[in-house]
Amino acid sequence: MTDVLVASGLRKRFGDVQALADVSFSVRRGEFFGFLGPNGAGKTTTINLLTGLARPDAGTIRVGGLDCTRNPKAAQHLLGVVSDESNLYPELSGFDNLAFCGALYGMGKTERRHRAGELLEIFGLAEAGHRLFGGYSKGMKRKLTIAAGLLHKPKILFLDEPTTGIDVASARQIRRILADLHRDGTTLFLTTHYIEEAERLCDRIAFLVKGRIIRIDSVEHLLTPLQKRHRLRVCCGGLSGEVVDILPPVFPDLTFSCPAEDMLLVEADQPVAIGPLVRLLEEHGAQVLEAVRLRPSLEDVFVEITGIEADALHREKEKSGAKGGTS
Amino acid sequence: MKQWIAFWNILVKDMRAYYLKPPNISWGILFPLAWTGMFFLRSGRGMEDLPSVLPGVVAVSVLFGSTSMLAVTVTFEKKERAFDRLLLAPISLELLMLAKTAGAVLFGVAGAFVPVLLAGFFITLPPVAWGIFAPTVLLLAVVSTFFGLFIAVAVREVFEAQTFSNFFRFPMLFLCGLFVPLERLPLFLRPLSYALPLTYGADLLHGAVSGTNTMSYSLDFTILGAFCIGLFAASLRNIRRKWIL
Repeated sequence: MTDVLVASGLRKRFGDVQALADVSFSVRRGEFFGFLGPNGAGKTTTINLLTGLARPDAGTIRVGGLDCTRNPKAAQHLLGVVSDESNLYPELSGFDNLAFCGALYGMGKTERRHRAGELLEIFGLAEAGHRLFGGYSKGMKRKLTIAAGLLHKPKILFLDEPTTGIDVASARQIRRILADLHRDGTTLFLTTHYIEEAERLCDRIAFLVKGRIIRIDSVEHLLTPLQKRHRLRVCCGGLSGEVVDILPPVFPDLTFSCPAEDMLLVEADQPVAIGPLVRLLEEHGAQVLEAVRLRPSLEDVFVEITGIEADALHREKEKSGAKGGTS
Repeated sequence: MKQWIAFWNILVKDMRAYYLKPPNISWGILFPLAWTGMFFLRSGRGMEDLPSVLPGVVAVSVLFGSTSMLAVTVTFEKKERAFDRLLLAPISLELLMLAKTAGAVLFGVAGAFVPVLLAGFFITLPPVAWGIFAPTVLLLAVVSTFFGLFIAVAVREVFEAQTFSNFFRFPMLFLCGLFVPLERLPLFLRPLSYALPLTYGADLLHGAVSGTNTMSYSLDFTILGAFCIGLFAASLRNIRRKWIL
């Protein structure tokens, strides 16, 4: 696969803050590429640099083979951008907003009106197309903003936190549409702090922390080291500290921890034989309610690589969801 | 061709979304009406004196009509990040800003003819040099619009744009020779008068309506044109420096 976007040594400073420090990566044609990191990691700054809304202090950007470092306009016709805010015009209807966005890319009247109607259908907004954008719900606004980014059929679609702060049903619909776009060959560049969203959608992911890329790899490769480990969550009633202390000498190959009350987390390099463990727990007064094999997630990988607790990301997610969030 | 499709649609969108809204249309008509009435009453003379206040009222209508909406079409859109959508479009910044300002120019020009039509309704207008009057109104609308643009891109908030506009607009009215002839201004204020674009527009309007211009038409037009280019270039520079970080 050829690279459709190449960023090399990008640096950006805002006053005393080093927003990006020597960021390099490439995105392949037709790839779903994810940029994952907490708020303030530099995700939006990266998108702004790549799309021409900001200029890098150093580094180069090539989009579709065109050098856009000093002339971002050169490749803007290839790009679709969905910003982290629903920034369409409240005084125009949904349909007129889409048609206007098509006109910005030089589409003829018939073509853009046809495409606007088509996208309203795809996003389930056909009935609301004549209503003013200002009266839309948050989820509808988000969907129309994504539709606007797609109107001119861009080669690369940038999505900055596309599902932040919207209802579950709308978020699911958006993810489904993005997956369809990916299947149809559109290159997608997604920034998010929803780890599970990135895991579900992306081919490759870059972890960005404090303006630096910590790791770039395919989701599969990122998960491989953790898949070798076996993790089991055992929920018990009456699980006391004394019982937990008995376990390590009896099962020296297993590691035990208690992440919550009445919950035991078991880790091992080999499959865990559940029978002896359950018997021992029950002999010591604990009542085993369930035992679940935990599939390693990208969240675990993220925590392991970046050292940032997933809880912190969740809190940011909730906070920015409430505000409508930026990063 | 594609860039012109974008240009036309940005203009049409702004006209529909902002300029042709009933409050703005009524403002565009009422404001010149109020100024005409105010100066007419202030002069204390009869209907036949109406032409003498015409250049002033036309200039005021153009100045306020052109500058007032840019705080919304530019500053507000930037604050709400809708302007980013325009910056991301494959259209040159120069053409984009011309599209964003074209609506204000048209609104200013339309506003200029309200007092003219009003005066024509009450009296027989004296012979106006329309060949001077029309391009002057257009150039005044362009320079006022670019002046509004310069302020709109220099600030972050809509209220700042409006405050700064008034900070410059009102002193400009009284220093440009429209209502107080330049030769009657205190000596120390005169250099300031000659640094204002409206001074040259006012001189042209006086010339077109009553033949009482004090500078040559070509000089007035040249200086007004230079102001247009200077203000537009400064605004573009500010956008590149402050908005494309």
